[in-house]
Amino acid sequence: MAERPFFLPLVYRLRQLGVPVGTQETVALAEALARDLHNHSLDDFYYLARSLLIHHEGHLDAYDRAFLAEFRGVPDLSLTLTEELRQWLDEARAGTVDLSAEERAFLESLDLEELRELFEQRKRDQTERHDGGNTWIGTQGTSPFGEAGFAPGGISTGSSGGGRMAFHTADARQYQGYRSDVVLDIRQMEVALRRLRAFVREGAEEELDIEGTIDATARNAGDIEVVTRPPRRPDTHLILMIDVGGSMFPYASLMSQLFSAAKKATHFKELRTLYFHNLPYGKVYETDRFTEPVWLQDLMRQCGSHYRLIMVGDAYMAPYELGQRGPVGPGDRTGISGLEWLASLRHHFPGSVWLNPEPRTHWHGSTIEVIGQVFDMYPLTVDGLTEAMNHLRRRAA
Amino acid sequence: MTDTPSSFSGTDSYLTDPGLEAAVQAALVLEKPLLVRGEPGTGKTLLAEAIAEAEGLELITWHVKSTTRAQDGLYHYDTVQRLYDSRFGDHDVRDIREYIHLGPLGRAFRSDERVVLLIDEVDKADIEFPNDLLHELDRMRFTVAETGDVVAARHRPIVIITSNAEKELPDAFLRRCVFHFIDFPDRDLMGRIVAVHHPGLDEDLLQNALDVFYGVRDMDRLRKRPSTSELIDWLAMLQARGISEIPRGTDTPFLGTLLKKEQDLRTFDDDGNGGPRRRYL
Repeated sequence: MAERPFFLPLVYRLRQLGVPVGTQETVALAEALARDLHNHSLDDFYYLARSLLIHHEGHLDAYDRAFLAEFRGVPDLSLTLTEELRQWLDEARAGTVDLSAEERAFLESLDLEELRELFEQRKRDQTERHDGGNTWIGTQGTSPFGEAGFAPGGISTGSSGGGRMAFHTADARQYQGYRSDVVLDIRQMEVALRRLRAFVREGAEEELDIEGTIDATARNAGDIEVVTRPPRRPDTHLILMIDVGGSMFPYASLMSQLFSAAKKATHFKELRTLYFHNLPYGKVYETDRFTEPVWLQDLMRQCGSHYRLIMVGDAYMAPYELGQRGPVGPGDRTGISGLEWLASLRHHFPGSVWLNPEPRTHWHGSTIEVIGQVFDMYPLTVDGLTEAMNHLRRRAA
Repeated sequence: MTDTPSSFSGTDSYLTDPGLEAAVQAALVLEKPLLVRGEPGTGKTLLAEAIAEAEGLELITWHVKSTTRAQDGLYHYDTVQRLYDSRFGDHDVRDIREYIHLGPLGRAFRSDERVVLLIDEVDKADIEFPNDLLHELDRMRFTVAETGDVVAARHRPIVIITSNAEKELPDAFLRRCVFHFIDFPDRDLMGRIVAVHHPGLDEDLLQNALDVFYGVRDMDRLRKRPSTSELIDWLAMLQARGISEIPRGTDTPFLGTLLKKEQDLRTFDDDGNGGPRRRYL
């Protein structure tokens, strides 16, 4: 079973694109190929590798991209992969990677020298030729692909379709909509918010504790002794503070989705939604029409540090607005600056994050960057929201 | 395992595509669990039935609920029954095995023949649930703590796991599975699916209905997009009433079969389908 793992670059490209694939998947794919599950066709290989390397629909698009890049001779980064591949094999052989006996046997069967040669050759090819990049599929003798169908795990590119269907499928990029680094829909938000779930048993003892009852009964020499306990209840207190108006206008519908996702979540013991414009200058509002003001001072008095605080806003404004002052309470004429208000919120609520609907690429060099230094800031995407919720959860622990 | 499973290509009533076939094949040959995800109504659960039918095997289903624990799948020790029996003395309570009931996983292991085990909606349970099953699914055996008995699989079951994509599943679990995402059927496949359920359906009516159906699905603001089963029901309604042409817009008959939320019906109106609706049903 001395086949050349022609698919390794695909694995590495997936890793570069942030898809979590590792030794286990790679070895599974190698085994599948050894058993001819791909029928020596690139079409079948496309589906087979997808079913083994990908575990989430959010990564299907990355797979299509990787597959196209790897197997269609798009000029690309495969040179850097050479080094990585060597490293991986060296590591695997050195035993730093956790492998089962079969997996190890498979790795032993690979000829490292041969592989090295293969990649050196490819490297030379690529630096010499400038006609459109790496010819993974071609007539080059070094490729595991090719007319003659080399190793048992290789792929014939000859008459049998030549992977045209696979390219067609990959080209369609029909899973783009499932990418998780794009902005989210309401259900994805609910799922992300669910990470904040925490339960506690408190209140009236109205649930039968069966284990406890049995234990107590046994201790009571068989006479039934009923034990009750309070039911499990959610124990998460959350404050959602949303920036509305002005530069936030384009995100209005996204904000209302986030709002309804939070409202629908049943796992919060308490959810307070408050609104501000640009920055919370001393007070925030119960409604998005800025009626019913709430003084921040009072809010911090009512809500202890066990409350989680989620700030939502683009944090984008004219720099002077950071320094604009807001009163500490009614009648206060000097007040403290918006930035200081942020700092005091951040200080009062250790479990707090800032969600920003602006893409990360726009954060640099504006007020966003400054506010990002006060609050841990995450983009309002599936990944960002999930990261933010994990951050909050860690903070609470 | 010496017997090579025949390749799976669907059944008369379950249509597949190459991606799904490749995934099923990989799961069968590599003896890994097959994890199927996809939006509701894409036939995830039916897949297990189809595989069982195609392979001629018994299907054992384990419906996962929010309260399900991994232990429930293995076995259940009915302590309460035993305690109860002991008080009234009409049963021999000395044999603890009398009170051990195998769960779906346990039954799949114990079975004399190879079975298909469906673990349905695995994402409903606690976030750690799948991880708790890893060991048993890997080794295909477990020990009954109360008796020390080992329940080991006589034949490795074919394990199909479905998930509604609601919750993230743990990485360690995902790495062990063959994954397939059931895409919503495209027009062509949908046409064939419908033909299975409504043989002899008028071609014009079908195309007409598919136009409306995909048009509705493409609307952005829907809370619940109609799925295959809604389309099939809708066509049944249309046929029953002898409707052969579907007007677009407000007069779409029986729209309530496709859109089940009041809000969605309103969205449909707002989206340039004009005028107040007269016939929701």
